[in-house]
Amino acid sequence: MSALLTVENLNVSYGAIKAVQNVNFTVHDNEIVSLIGANGAGKTTILRTISNLTKPTSGHINFQNQDILGMDSAKIVSSGIAQVPEGRRVFAGMTVQENLQLGAFTRDKGTNLKSEYALIYDQFPILKERRNQDAATLSGGEQQMLAMGRALMAKPKLLLLDEPSMGLAPLFIEKIFDIIKTVNAQGVTVLVIEQNANQALKIADRGYVLESGQITMTGTGAELLASDDVRKAYLGG
Amino acid sequence: MTLFIQQVIKGLMLGSVYALLALGYTMVYGIIKLINFAHGDIYMLGAYFGYFFIKVLHLNFFIALILAMAVSAVIGVLIEYIAYRPLRHSPRIAVLISVLGISFLLENGMTYLYGSDQRSFPQAIKTVQYHFYGIQVSNIQLIIAVTSVVLMLLLTYVVKRTKMGRAMRAVSADPDAATLMGININHTISFTFAIGSALAAAGGVLIGLYYNSIDPLMGMTPGLKAFVAAVLGGIGIIPGAAVGGWLIGILETMVQATSFSAYKDAVVYAMLIVILLIKPTGILGKNKREKV
Ligand SMILES: Nc1ncnc2c1ncn2[C@@H]1O[C@H](COP(=O)(O)OP(=O)(O)OP(=O)(O)O)[C@@H](O)[C@H]1O
Ligand SMILES: [Mg+2]
Repeated sequence: MSALLTVENLNVSYGAIKAVQNVNFTVHDNEIVSLIGANGAGKTTILRTISNLTKPTSGHINFQNQDILGMDSAKIVSSGIAQVPEGRRVFAGMTVQENLQLGAFTRDKGTNLKSEYALIYDQFPILKERRNQDAATLSGGEQQMLAMGRALMAKPKLLLLDEPSMGLAPLFIEKIFDIIKTVNAQGVTVLVIEQNANQALKIADRGYVLESGQITMTGTGAELLASDDVRKAYLGG
Repeated sequence: MTLFIQQVIKGLMLGSVYALLALGYTMVYGIIKLINFAHGDIYMLGAYFGYFFIKVLHLNFFIALILAMAVSAVIGVLIEYIAYRPLRHSPRIAVLISVLGISFLLENGMTYLYGSDQRSFPQAIKTVQYHFYGIQVSNIQLIIAVTSVVLMLLLTYVVKRTKMGRAMRAVSADPDAATLMGININHTISFTFAIGSALAAAGGVLIGLYYNSIDPLMGMTPGLKAFVAAVLGGIGIIPGAAVGGWLIGILETMVQATSFSAYKDAVVYAMLIVILLIKPTGILGKNKREKV
């Protein structure tokens, strides 16, 4: 298995706050990797840095053996990294379909995206029903699906997911994690960030535990699920 | 009744020009949350470019209009690049000071170069009056109204149907999420300034043709009124700018036709205060309730 994404010695600060300290991790081709951690551990900061929304103080981020740190966002997306941000962040005032179309922005050369919408609508039938509806009027779970569909429209090699289960009912959470597995089976590598350690580690090939900006543990999903420390800290004993 | 209709027509015509200007305010506000008070001065520059192309280069009116729009678009983009972009992450007050600086620079620069006197705008199109049922309309009024409506329809098409228009809406809605789509925020902002400035310039040239006179301070009052129009319609909302522009135009001409004509500007500003008190989000504005 070759490394698709490598993060090396990453440090990110917000003024005096060191949000991420010396973080190292790897995501291999076709894996699902989960990064778990409590509120404020620095999870979102890491994903934002990968997508160049936040500038690190030092470190390296390699994607397909190319240094992507500080690379233009359009280039990052077209090289194959798509992100479903924390809180979904669908575009309000635009329809579901326009949101999907924006997901394909870097590939959108005025060509017909119809067959691609169809693929997304197959995976998320609810979006098809709502395709002409303002994205802001969708429920939280529907918005999560839209945000995932939108990211998939970029045809990514690596999908970054920031707390996809946040604020969703248990049934919906199951559904979202099922979809993540399906997407992965279709050949998309997944890096998922979660506080919901149980679900995230169940589907993960490998996982990392992030505490106060530092990686404190790593192992396969099953190993971490079985670990006492993880159980105590994230799974309620 | 005919007098009333006559005033409505005049108001709609004047309102079209306010609407063209208000669109620039609203688009720029929508995308970078900045009230660009130098926008009225781009309208003035547009009128001067129109003057130059018609009077000096003897170009056809519509060609002069398009060229004035193009040159002003470039200037609008440069202003944003030089004076606003470096301050994008600074406190809002710093950007506002920069905006006022640009406004003074354009007004005083033009006064320095070409004097503060009014110049008569060339009669590029001969005025013809038409009469229907006692109502009088000139070809100039029709040209202003039709040109404005065509430009607004074009804008609607660009914003609704093109890739750049979608990028503009996405950046307005959520710049970070737009970046995650691979949208270049800087290019999108430049594009917005280009379009807004071109529309303002069109307004300036059309008003030059109508009033036959231009001067370096001609942008101040219409600039403020267009700002009121944008707020009235709902700042950041494109159709709102058109609605606001027409309403302000009609209101102003109505007041002018009464014995209170001296207060026509005061009425417009009073309107701003009333909107801010009653419905701060404007006529088409939604009272925002964000979903989390
Ligand atoms: N823009 C910012 N300015 C200042 N501090 C910030 C900023 N963003 C995050 N931080 C701080 O950095 C630390 C890590 O934040 P981050 O959002 O990465 O955490 P997280 O693991 O995603 O948390 P959560 O699970 O609550 O989303 C926190 O202490 C937070 O307060
Ligand atoms: Mg977070």
